[in-house]
Amino acid sequence: MRIICLPLIALRRLASCLLFGLVLILSAQTQGALAGPLDEAAALFAKDSFTDTARAIELLADSGAEHAGPAIEALNDRRLFVAADQSVYFRDPTGAFIALATGQKLPAEPAGGTGVRVNNRIRGAINTALGTLTLQSPDPAKRRAAAEAVFKSRSPDSETALQAAMQNEKIAAIREIQQTALAAIIATSPNRSDIDRLAAIEVLKERGDREALTPLNQIPDSASANVKDAAKAAAQTINNRLATWSAVQNAWYGVSLGSVLLLAAIGLAITFGVMGIINMAHGEMVMIGAYATFIIQEIIRQNAPGLFEYSLAIAIPAAFIIAGLIGIAMERLVIRHLYGRPLETLLATWGISLILMQAIRTLFGPTNREVGAPAFMSGSFRIGLIDITYGRVWIVGFALVVFFAVLALLRFTPLGLQMRAVTQNRRMAASMGIRTARVDALTFGLGSGIAGLAGVALSQIDNVSPNLGQSYIIDSFMVVVFGGVGNLWGTLVAALSLGIANKFLEPFAGAVLGKIALLVFIILFIQKRPRGLFALKGRAVEQ
Amino acid sequence: MITSAILARLDLRGRLFLGAILAALILVPVLNLVVPAGSPLHVPTWLVSLLGKYLCYAILALALDLVWGYCGILSLGHGAFFALGGYAMGMYLMRQIGTRGVYGHPVLPDFMVFLNWKELPWFWYGFDMFPFALLMVFLAPGILAFVFGWFAFRSRVTGVYLSIITQALTYALMLAFFRNDMGFGGNNGLTDFKDIVGFPVQAQGTRVALFALTLIALAGSYILARAIVTSKAGKVLVAIRDAESRTRFLGFRVERYKLFVFTLSAMMAGLAGALYVPQVGIINPSEFAPGNSIEVVIWVAVGGRGTLVGAAIGAVLVNFAKTTFTTGALAPYWLFALGALFVLTTLYMPKGVIGTYAEWREKRRERASLAAHAASKPAE
Amino acid sequence: MNLPVTSFLLYLDGVSVAFDGFRAINSLALTILPGEMRAIIGPNGAGKTTMMDIITGKTRPDTGDVLFNGSVDLTRLDEAAIANLGIGRKFQKPTVFDMHTVEDNLRLALKADRRVFRTLFWKDSESEREKINRILATIRLEHLRDASAANLSHGQKQWLEIGMLLAQDPKLLLVDEPVAGMTDAETEATAHLLKEIAKDHSVIVVEHDMAFVRELGVKVTVLHEGSVLAEGPLDTVSADPRVIEVYLGR
Repeated sequence: MRIICLPLIALRRLASCLLFGLVLILSAQTQGALAGPLDEAAALFAKDSFTDTARAIELLADSGAEHAGPAIEALNDRRLFVAADQSVYFRDPTGAFIALATGQKLPAEPAGGTGVRVNNRIRGAINTALGTLTLQSPDPAKRRAAAEAVFKSRSPDSETALQAAMQNEKIAAIREIQQTALAAIIATSPNRSDIDRLAAIEVLKERGDREALTPLNQIPDSASANVKDAAKAAAQTINNRLATWSAVQNAWYGVSLGSVLLLAAIGLAITFGVMGIINMAHGEMVMIGAYATFIIQEIIRQNAPGLFEYSLAIAIPAAFIIAGLIGIAMERLVIRHLYGRPLETLLATWGISLILMQAIRTLFGPTNREVGAPAFMSGSFRIGLIDITYGRVWIVGFALVVFFAVLALLRFTPLGLQMRAVTQNRRMAASMGIRTARVDALTFGLGSGIAGLAGVALSQIDNVSPNLGQSYIIDSFMVVVFGGVGNLWGTLVAALSLGIANKFLEPFAGAVLGKIALLVFIILFIQKRPRGLFALKGRAVEQ
Repeated sequence: MITSAILARLDLRGRLFLGAILAALILVPVLNLVVPAGSPLHVPTWLVSLLGKYLCYAILALALDLVWGYCGILSLGHGAFFALGGYAMGMYLMRQIGTRGVYGHPVLPDFMVFLNWKELPWFWYGFDMFPFALLMVFLAPGILAFVFGWFAFRSRVTGVYLSIITQALTYALMLAFFRNDMGFGGNNGLTDFKDIVGFPVQAQGTRVALFALTLIALAGSYILARAIVTSKAGKVLVAIRDAESRTRFLGFRVERYKLFVFTLSAMMAGLAGALYVPQVGIINPSEFAPGNSIEVVIWVAVGGRGTLVGAAIGAVLVNFAKTTFTTGALAPYWLFALGALFVLTTLYMPKGVIGTYAEWREKRRERASLAAHAASKPAE
Repeated sequence: MNLPVTSFLLYLDGVSVAFDGFRAINSLALTILPGEMRAIIGPNGAGKTTMMDIITGKTRPDTGDVLFNGSVDLTRLDEAAIANLGIGRKFQKPTVFDMHTVEDNLRLALKADRRVFRTLFWKDSESEREKINRILATIRLEHLRDASAANLSHGQKQWLEIGMLLAQDPKLLLVDEPVAGMTDAETEATAHLLKEIAKDHSVIVVEHDMAFVRELGVKVTVLHEGSVLAEGPLDTVSADPRVIEVYLGR
């Protein structure tokens, strides 16, 4: 044991000695080099010809000086100047003047400074240089961005810097990006061996997103057929993967849109589907829910800014109650007198919708109102190749929670039982001692309150303006009619399938044509199945 | 002989209505053209066009009353038929501009030049000829109504379902016409008209003539509608409105009656739109807005559904109120007033002005006869 | 098409229809001869109204044959076509056209060309007026010729509806509960009227009122749970223990 140990210790000592020496030499080299390239660069900048400037940028980037990065950035922003005495200096973002040759702060701006000119070629050189410089930045976010930049530029000039950066990189994720960047360079630059290229193509295929396609499509003509085939195959694989993910993305957007439609339609499914009332002011209930959210946020902003994170949680019951109360008032004052006259109900509620819209316009003005998003709803995460925003996830979740809550309420609570009893046989229910008038008002209030909840959610994704409701009313009716009146599950299926169909149509037909196509489809569908997807059958239909 | 045949079909209300139209047909042009501008009796040309616009609405209301009042089909898409007729006329007027457009292109309207279109789309062919455009004024809305009605009525889509899908129809059309690639001028629609059958649209004489034509069209539409509702077919329509399935069990093909009256009504609405466009000077996709079509319903409801004359009067009354409101200090309150009109009419005056008046007169007569009866009793 | 050709005016065989799993009609078989009058009785939910719906084209059966006049397949036709073939129907709840006068109600029902343009250019004729007068006399509503149908009493509406059936001049009349809500005197008069009609029409009467069925004195079919339970003269049928059980419960 000892016998082995001893030489080991010796070896370690030797190594540390060597390392120390190396560091010494290196630092000496840096020290020595410091004067050279910086002065040379300054001299080249002073000439102010584009060719010299480009060369100066390279020198600066390779110098390793601490102020090289800020200096190049300054050049990019035209903050790099040549003084009358041919010395070169720049203004840093704080406004201080720094000499290029020394990196020292200057007491005052030198006299007669003229800006060094920049053209597109120089900008390209600046970007490459900055990429190289930031590749080894202490800030991981900057390193990542720099690696991504190299990946996009695929400039062979960055190769050395990139390789150097890779050796020091500790974070695996960043190293992976650097690797793909290197692969992109190898794949696209001339004069590489087939083996290198094939390995690079493999790495790019591994990355597998849209960006990886660009280098794969730019294999130089000089490459062998073998390499070209491999690149083609890799591109094909990536394309397939992209197609799959774009389908997944469309499906998610569709679910997201569907959940919005669902939220807007659940309330209608109760008032129209269960009670048979055509409430054209339903959209305005949604709009009022959104304005309730706005008001709550305003109050919080002025009185208790710390509660902002909870503003939506507070707005949910508030919107439900406000919209619900307005709904109850509507039912008691107007709709109650129009039972059994659906067409008149339609007209009267349209009138109410005009009044509500104008009232909101008078109170809050015709313009959009700003409703903020709490922190937990902003930001996004990535699954595979798609970004999913937290806001959308919350809305989908919220829609489902509301849906199942309503379902449970109708099925398991006494109020739900009474609602179903009244809607199925009003006279029988009345003679069983159910106060039908009260149940009617509550049912309508519930439907309106749920519309208010939809408003809370929509305030996060749509413009809060007096016209908010108008854009949802026709869609909501389409959902309820398509799903089958009086059937909540039908509403769920209809909302999701219309949402998904809409998003899958959009890439082919565009948003507007896609929407028209769906409207036409529903119009035709109703001809085929006038009672919707999940229709009630039998005698009940006639009544 | 035809006049007597027409008069035989008219009740007192109808004769008064046609009398009023005849009076306006003589008075308004005289007051505009003959009475000097300084006179308090002079009717300025802008007012003639405004009245003409109201009359177009009256024809539209009449068309809706025919299907809603008599057959129970509450169409929330009549604005679409109106707009289609208007677009057909607008396309003719666009072609008449010729080289006088901003770009001076001999064939293409300005917006097509602007969009870099190289040739006229096929559906614009023929619109340089007035008779063809006139045919399209009827055919475009007529064919749409026929196809839509063919499917809807055969599948027995009724009541609010029909209302909702007619609304979806006009909404879909609005979205479509807003698109630039549709070839109907997109957002801006069709405007900057110059001539109609050789006469400048802006000229006083043309405006008075258009007004007179609108009056004649209103009278013609009324007489046609009246002839239909007083025929046996009209009785079938009312039967369908009140007891659709009973009518079917009597052997009437309900869907054909509905299709007939719906298509005819759509054509009437198209005619109204065609007369509207040259008098207003523009047609754009907002005419398809669902709200417009519902507004037509309230004109009919206010005047009295199922009375024809009431529909026309309602259209003029509501639009007069709208103009008065929206041009004054009360402008922000117009929607409140319109909304309240919807609510109050349906709640308290479901029969409209005409229907309520008729009911009131009926009751008074009954009371009078009761009183007379009671008065004669002691004498016995 | 491989349809049995029969000499019956109406021939139902193996007819079944279900609503959401509930079998309203269950392999029903029924035949009516030309000129026959038949009374159909049965407890609530026996399928009487559904049977009428099937015959008149309102409901399509899931399975089974429904033949009219020997060979016309009624399951392929809609209500209007069946009505024009000569099958008239009176509903349980009297449905007349409230906004029309009694005369117009009859005029609409009168056998005539039902096409849109024929009715549009229709002209009053002497023979039509005569027919209407005759029917008004039969249903004893002459004095109410110009009254709005909405203002008729319940019994008068029932009669007007029967009058409309007569105006249609159908080969087969389906009459659903014609005496519901009528006074005894009206019931008796109605029975008389129906017997009068049955002289030159085939009639199916659905009725709960046993006294009325007895008054009619015709062959009776008892429906129960969508199929025929018993058939024969009223006395025989009402003695059948199964019928008694169905009506009185177990």
